[in-house]
Amino acid sequence: MRRVYLDYAATTPIRPEVWSAMEPYLREIYGNPSSLHSFGRESRVAIEEAREKIAKAIGAKNDEIIFTSGGTEGNNMVLKGVAFALQDKGKHIITTPIEHHAVLEPCHFLEKLGFEITYLPVDKTGLVDPDDLKRAIRKDTILISIMHANNEIGTIEPIKELSNIAKEREVYFHTDAVQTVGHIPVDVKDLNVDFLSISAHKFYGPKGVGALYIRKGTKVYPLLHGGEQEGRRRAGTENVAGIVGMGKALELAISELDREMERLTKLRDYFIREVERRIPDSYLNGHRIQRLPNNINFSFAYIEGEALLLNLDMEGIGVSTGSACSSSSLEPSHVLSAIGVPIELVHGSLRFTLGLWTTKEDLDYTLDALERIVNKLRAISPYKQGWTLKREG
Amino acid sequence: MPLQYSEIVLEHFRNPRNVGIIEDADAMAIEGSPACGDQIVVYLKVDKETKKITDIKFQSFGCASNIATGSMLTEMVKGKTIDEALRITWKDVAEALGGLPPVKMHCSVLAVDGLKSAIKNYLGEKREEKFTKEDLVNILSKILYPNLSIDIVSLKMVNYININEKGKVYIELVVSPEDPFRNHIKEEIEEKLKKVPEVKEIEIKFVY
Repeated sequence: MRRVYLDYAATTPIRPEVWSAMEPYLREIYGNPSSLHSFGRESRVAIEEAREKIAKAIGAKNDEIIFTSGGTEGNNMVLKGVAFALQDKGKHIITTPIEHHAVLEPCHFLEKLGFEITYLPVDKTGLVDPDDLKRAIRKDTILISIMHANNEIGTIEPIKELSNIAKEREVYFHTDAVQTVGHIPVDVKDLNVDFLSISAHKFYGPKGVGALYIRKGTKVYPLLHGGEQEGRRRAGTENVAGIVGMGKALELAISELDREMERLTKLRDYFIREVERRIPDSYLNGHRIQRLPNNINFSFAYIEGEALLLNLDMEGIGVSTGSACSSSSLEPSHVLSAIGVPIELVHGSLRFTLGLWTTKEDLDYTLDALERIVNKLRAISPYKQGWTLKREG
Repeated sequence: MPLQYSEIVLEHFRNPRNVGIIEDADAMAIEGSPACGDQIVVYLKVDKETKKITDIKFQSFGCASNIATGSMLTEMVKGKTIDEALRITWKDVAEALGGLPPVKMHCSVLAVDGLKSAIKNYLGEKREEKFTKEDLVNILSKILYPNLSIDIVSLKMVNYININEKGKVYIELVVSPEDPFRNHIKEEIEEKLKKVPEVKEIEIKFVY
């Protein structure tokens, strides 16, 4: 059976070149980068080379990059680290309701500790209005955290405009760029942010490793206390092979960024057009233009997403859904709910995310299967067009 | 957390049985809602005599386990009497499916609730259709007085009728003790009324 992976926003496979770059550091080069002997120095050199690659890729200085275990750690460190470092100045943080759980959950934790969080409204496409941010900033606001692009609907936020407002009011600005680094241009100077979270496995690097950009001179407490690694900002022996793999992966992603963006945008728009042409009562979620090149998110009326997902899975196609039924907590997508998608359409949502190995043939195969499966499930559904019961009229 | 479905669940999900609408259903019920992400609609056809479920169909707005439990449950109850069907629990359905992930047990509960509601509606509808005096008059007005081809109601032979809550029918007929067709009329009334399930007892008195 043909297998089509369309869940690149969940994770990506490691590129062969990345694996080749990592392999020596899982075998013969095993020294602890903190050791002074030659064994350690070999690892140290590899880490610093990777740091340089990552710094260069996002327009940062080498010492503004620290290595983490991934996006979740980076986000946790910024939220908690700034909250603890600046709590004497204020206890107010601004974010959005469509952030990843790795931002929202630390916020909920901080609320329990007495911090106040403002969740900015978002429009139907998921965009934040800069005027809302202006109004929300208070004297005691210590941090603003707004994602660069949303992982579910792919909407790209106007970070530059938002961070400039933060700068005027002298409030730290963090952006979770897990979905954008390696996918669209990301430059910390251009975006004018103080913190930026990166995760390697979203751009064909290994899982369990990430990076955090911390603008020089920015006050933040570490999340992990221990050894003196990463300039005392992140304790723990470095994940050497992972870091090397991340450096290589980002270097490769940047080198082909423009070409890949153009290719994926074409594929994305082809898929969206075909779904809208072939499947009635399907609704695109998110922004049509201000959108990640690889993200497609549709709601299909009258049917439920997990049933759709599993049917596609049986045809070898891997996608994800915002339906409550797919999660162990039975909570529907907070992102789709926040942008005002009616709850029954949240249950009927599917996300297709494209990547390096996605071809037009893959999409045609998926479109055929999707059309067939939607029709099959709609035949089982009690509803027909307009959400009326089939037996009525 | 990925959900692990049994082979039986996946098979029923792939090829669900008894899907659709019964146009002339004796009862139907809707359980759940699309907003909850889980809904099942059950249609029943019941044999009035035997009380057996002769046909059952379902529709689903729901996930794989919702579809699979609907399919399995309808297979399980087909041909069973409504009393037998009411004894099936959500655990029975989940077991028949080779188990369900714990977070999906509610799908089985939903399907069983749908069936129970449909049966309740079936029984409820019949209660609404309960045997009334009008129904009784209707039956009596179809009983003809022999040789005259005129019904006993039109002949004003029916003096008094009553039906009590226990299903006892009481009829007073004005018939002369000499009338040769006295017993014939009585037997015919009894024969007709015995076909009515709600009629448990019949008393026919002749007055003159």
